[in-house]
Amino acid sequence: MKETEKPEKGNQIIEEAAQAEYKYGFVTDIETEVIPKGLDEDVVRRISSLKGEPEWLLEFRLKAYRHWLTLKAPTWGHVHVPEINYQDISYYAAPRKKKEAKEIDPELKKTFDKLGIPLEEQMRLSGMAVDAVMDSVSVKTTYRERLAELGVIFCSMSEAVKDYPDLVRKYLGKVVPYTDNFYAALNSAVFSDGSFVYIPKGVRCPMELSTYFRINAAQTGQFERTLIVADDDAYVSYLEGCTAPMRDENQLHAAIVEIIVEDRAEVKYSTVQNWYPGDKDGKGGIYNLVTKRGLCRGDHSKLSWTQVETGSAITWKYPSCVLKGDHSVGEFYSVALTNNWQEADTGTKMIHLGKNSTSTIVSKGISAGHSQNSYRGMVKVAPQATGCRNFTQCDSLLLSDTSGAHTFPVIEVGNDTSVVEHEATTSKINEDQIFYCNQRGISTEDAVGLIVNGYAKEVMSKLPMEFAVEAQKLLSVSLEGAVG
Amino acid sequence: MLVIKDLQASIEDKQILKGINLTVKPGEVHAIMGPNGSGKSTLSAVLTGNPAYTVTGGSVEFYGKDLLALSPEDRAHEGLFLSFQYPVEIPGVSMVNFMRTALNEKRKYFGQDPLSAADFLKLMREKRAIVQLDNKLASRAVNEGFSGGEKKRNEIFQMAMLEPKLSILDETDSGLDIDALRIVASGVNTLKSKDNATIVITHYQRLLDYIKPDFVHVLYKGRIVMSAGPELALELEEKGYDWIKEQVDSQQ
Repeated sequence: MKETEKPEKGNQIIEEAAQAEYKYGFVTDIETEVIPKGLDEDVVRRISSLKGEPEWLLEFRLKAYRHWLTLKAPTWGHVHVPEINYQDISYYAAPRKKKEAKEIDPELKKTFDKLGIPLEEQMRLSGMAVDAVMDSVSVKTTYRERLAELGVIFCSMSEAVKDYPDLVRKYLGKVVPYTDNFYAALNSAVFSDGSFVYIPKGVRCPMELSTYFRINAAQTGQFERTLIVADDDAYVSYLEGCTAPMRDENQLHAAIVEIIVEDRAEVKYSTVQNWYPGDKDGKGGIYNLVTKRGLCRGDHSKLSWTQVETGSAITWKYPSCVLKGDHSVGEFYSVALTNNWQEADTGTKMIHLGKNSTSTIVSKGISAGHSQNSYRGMVKVAPQATGCRNFTQCDSLLLSDTSGAHTFPVIEVGNDTSVVEHEATTSKINEDQIFYCNQRGISTEDAVGLIVNGYAKEVMSKLPMEFAVEAQKLLSVSLEGAVG
Repeated sequence: MLVIKDLQASIEDKQILKGINLTVKPGEVHAIMGPNGSGKSTLSAVLTGNPAYTVTGGSVEFYGKDLLALSPEDRAHEGLFLSFQYPVEIPGVSMVNFMRTALNEKRKYFGQDPLSAADFLKLMREKRAIVQLDNKLASRAVNEGFSGGEKKRNEIFQMAMLEPKLSILDETDSGLDIDALRIVASGVNTLKSKDNATIVITHYQRLLDYIKPDFVHVLYKGRIVMSAGPELALELEEKGYDWIKEQVDSQQ
């Protein structure tokens, strides 16, 4: 009899959810150039020479490497990153290019087609410029010529180093120095590729720029680096997506994103993170250990982070804003969903240095299965930064008795003319809501998807249209029936 | 369409329904009345498959199918609808999204293609007019910030959208002012046909002035203790339930 089966039903649904397949877990069979496992100064030199880099960049890498050797991996996060053997990872993997071919390998194109990433410029309807990064290198950047007419630079980091060395040198490592933290130092030493964006003065970038990251090769780490510069009065909206094959071993992803926003400029940075989260027993999955930070250097500058995090075995990231300019604005909108044995420790830092700077934080955590989901945030107002304003809303939704939701907020206010607000709620999914949906003919799985999407709506509504639909589906799929 | 035989049910080991017998045929309106705590709402919850209740005996057939063996959503697909006494708020989920999911799930159950967005919106416009809800309804979150009257009208709107065979109105009149009551009742009457049936659960005669029952049943201590025509409701309005309670209690 249905009515008596409630607890069993819950478990069964969780099991089904756990077995829900990760859609992007396929492996592309493509010839890959991989340098042998291990890390030392020679490997750093080898990466640099493979990429034909100038001397100053090699120096930057070597300094970072030497500094990294002095550091220990941070342990303060509410996540359990096991001891990683950094000698057991290959630091460079690149899809091998056929010599005379100008076009990209059809296998690669197929991979990105399968992921729904348009690499063909004739797909103009999609209205999005894409930089596709497979393993360590950028595969193709679309729409470059059209953007160049406006003076917008959108290319892979490797190309930027070759074609715009002065710009790269001027900004690289200025927001996230290699001394910042363990993973940032590692990335600075071995980063392979990533995207570079420069929006010149007064230009509104007419299309969404997007980087799509894909880890394909086994036993490699991905260390990409993104640098975005919006000069005075410029505007750009930038999207980042990521997936990886299902593998039993864990893979390391330690990226850096640096953003510089000048006077009255605005940058919107949106992420839909769907790295392979591991299987239902917590085996495999990506360690996503990422440093993302933006510097609102100009007066009246604005930086907005929006993230929907459903993937990765472990997530450790805090997209932050350093609000240096007077009247600068920082925003952080986040949905982090964890299921099975996933662990996420994510949040933001809003550092108010400029007068009358304002920041908004909206964080929605959703925990299912045996997962642990933490919000960690810092709001800091410097003594000279008078008249600042922060509003933080931090909500947690628990979908199972075996999952955890945690909040670690830190607030430091250095003057008495600033106002900082923090609101927090924790709730369980409501059985009355589910039954109401059931009675209208909506299954429990679909009901949970609806309710969770409703709960996350405030954040989802900040995503660009094309991404929002994708992200909604992702939330429902990642949850499939995870109610317990 | 509905045959309930000796239905018994409990919640948290407390026996609430102690043997309900009731048969409903297409085109009929049945009113179930009774004092507080007699099991009226439990009956609607058990029929619709609310997992908080446990069926401990008896059977329910709905168009020949074993209703109790179906999941709550399949009962809905088969044509059972409950107008909730306390409609639930679902923040952030728009009515249009909610109803579209519900309707398309039902279509899927019967092997039909989903309704196109245009057709769906047209249908929604038609149906909300029945209960005088305005065009803001589509974008509002399910019951969130609705007044008491709006919530009940929203229930009847959903009933109109889903076109159930059997509707249970659980104290739909509670918390309604006289104007809202008229709107709700006229909505229910508009939807009435010879092929569908309605069970009206209520304390008061008031609603039955607008929705005319063919049969009136009195539920007391988990059993139907009296069944008669519409005149019984008037008698109850006048005399209260005490005389029935005394009659039943003295028999035990």
